Amino acid sequence: MSIKIENLSKKWVNFAIKNINLEINRGEYFVILGPTGAGKTLLLELIAGFYTPDTGKIIIDTVDVTSFPPEKRRLGYVPQNYMLFPHMTVEENVEFGLKMHGFSRLKRKKMVDEVLELAGLSKLRSRLPETLSGGEKQKTALARALIIKPKILLLDEPLSALDVNTQKKLREELKKLHENLNITTIHVTHNHSEAYFLAEKLAIMKDGTIIQKGSPDEVFYKPKNNFVASFVGFENLFDGKIVERHGNLVVVDIGNIKVEAVTSLEAEKCTLGVRPDDIIILESPSKSSMRNLLKGKISNFISMGSIVNLTVKVKEKSFMVLITKRSFEEMNLQKGKEVYIAFKASSVHVM
Amino acid sequence: MLLFLILPIINTVSTSAGGLGEAITTAETVNAILTSFFAAYLATLITFFFGVPLAYTLARHEFKGKSLVDAVIDLPILIPHNAAGISLLMLLGPRSLIGGGFSSLGVSFVDTIFGVVAAMVFVSSPFMIRSAEEAFKSVNPELEKVARSLGASTFNAFKNVTFPLAFRGILTGCLLTWARSISEFGAVVVLAYYPKTAAVHLYDVFVNWGLSAAAPITALLIILAVTIFTVIKLITAKPLKPSFS
Repeated sequence: MSIKIENLSKKWVNFAIKNINLEINRGEYFVILGPTGAGKTLLLELIAGFYTPDTGKIIIDTVDVTSFPPEKRRLGYVPQNYMLFPHMTVEENVEFGLKMHGFSRLKRKKMVDEVLELAGLSKLRSRLPETLSGGEKQKTALARALIIKPKILLLDEPLSALDVNTQKKLREELKKLHENLNITTIHVTHNHSEAYFLAEKLAIMKDGTIIQKGSPDEVFYKPKNNFVASFVGFENLFDGKIVERHGNLVVVDIGNIKVEAVTSLEAEKCTLGVRPDDIIILESPSKSSMRNLLKGKISNFISMGSIVNLTVKVKEKSFMVLITKRSFEEMNLQKGKEVYIAFKASSVHVM
Repeated sequence: MLLFLILPIINTVSTSAGGLGEAITTAETVNAILTSFFAAYLATLITFFFGVPLAYTLARHEFKGKSLVDAVIDLPILIPHNAAGISLLMLLGPRSLIGGGFSSLGVSFVDTIFGVVAAMVFVSSPFMIRSAEEAFKSVNPELEKVARSLGASTFNAFKNVTFPLAFRGILTGCLLTWARSISEFGAVVVLAYYPKTAAVHLYDVFVNWGLSAAAPITALLIILAVTIFTVIKLITAKPLKPSFS
């Protein structure tokens, strides 16, 4: 089923969802990405029908469901922490929706058996949720939501309660599940890599509004403004002025530093964004195809396991650079050491 | 502190054991105990049906005047119980508007079982409401949302998810309400001296026949209350999985 959200607004005491417009196609995996407090969960709950919007419409296929209570919408909802019914076994949790929809005992048994088998939960059918691992809980919550054959699947941070390894595994399983079922899915998260991996389309949300929407590549590599850029990983952001143009290759002055970039932007004033992992460190200047080579000094570094986050000061500007711990050690880098940073003109995003 | 709580009870039971046989076989005592148990049972039932929805509303919703409602619920605990009896008499007595209305329907509260039950409901309802409210607060409201998304109406979400999860707390509320009702004297004696409850009968015996006559009845009441309370506690302490369908 497709879903269309038109001018959706809802005011709470200290927060508001403001004028949301989204169109999600049948079978699409749509991710809403945003920081904590952006209003992602509230938007999902408005779609699920737990609150009535002040204005706007929610249309599923051609039916306006805005005034429908949750039980009449037939949407699969998996909340944060899964919220399995703690007094029911895995089997009873999965069966619950079928009972509420009035399926006969015989039909329920058959469907539950099938779904438990598919989800690999058959052996756990008599277990209570408190005895399950995070991954097992997630599978049970998904099975419970999917057994009612929902029109749309709503996932609220479905992987956030899991350890990193299980997250990676279940992320792939979610993708496979979506490919197999082709069910329209709205997935809310604050995790960039999760969003990039799963989304066919995504929207960035901040302060109750949608800031940018599009394909993952559009949003991650062509952010519309500083917030999106910094949120999706363009940690090096500088305001500047285009001072030379050679077709699409431009030279931008960011304050006594000249940076070459590729852009079709016509305005003179602009903001540059460079990802920390697109910058390399050189001990001495050397010729390469990288159009930008700047001399600076290491002002700080933070070790993050196998990765080191370096801050290189170039004149008055600080550049964040990510390198491997191995390179950091082999190059004998330390605070105060003079280095060169280099990055491609095509790695510079101009807004 | 514990000694102060337990010593009077042990002392009463041990020194009055000899008269227990006679107390058990006295028809008036047995009738008074049965009246107390029956009226407390009715009071618990009434408090359950009206108190649990109120407790749920308080636990789940914010509304104007909620703090006032909160204060009203605690009133019976704060005011002296004979004062509560007098207030109830003024409200439910035959010459009041409400009491008169009930009288015309053939229901009188003065010196009837209805009066006993009304007094018990008044003094014990805070125990039911507060226990149930805490029990509902301990159930994550997200569970109800999930139930609704799976096709359950508001009532079905309550019946199948919230109520079973709050069940133990509500049961505790029932026990406290029943126990508080059994032990009520002040409000009952003002509104309905008859039919005599165990507490009223005990007072009657003590005033007319003295301590030696009242002690065995006191011991009997203590033994009965502790036994029943312990049995119910033991039953409810077992792992409990309420049915839901």
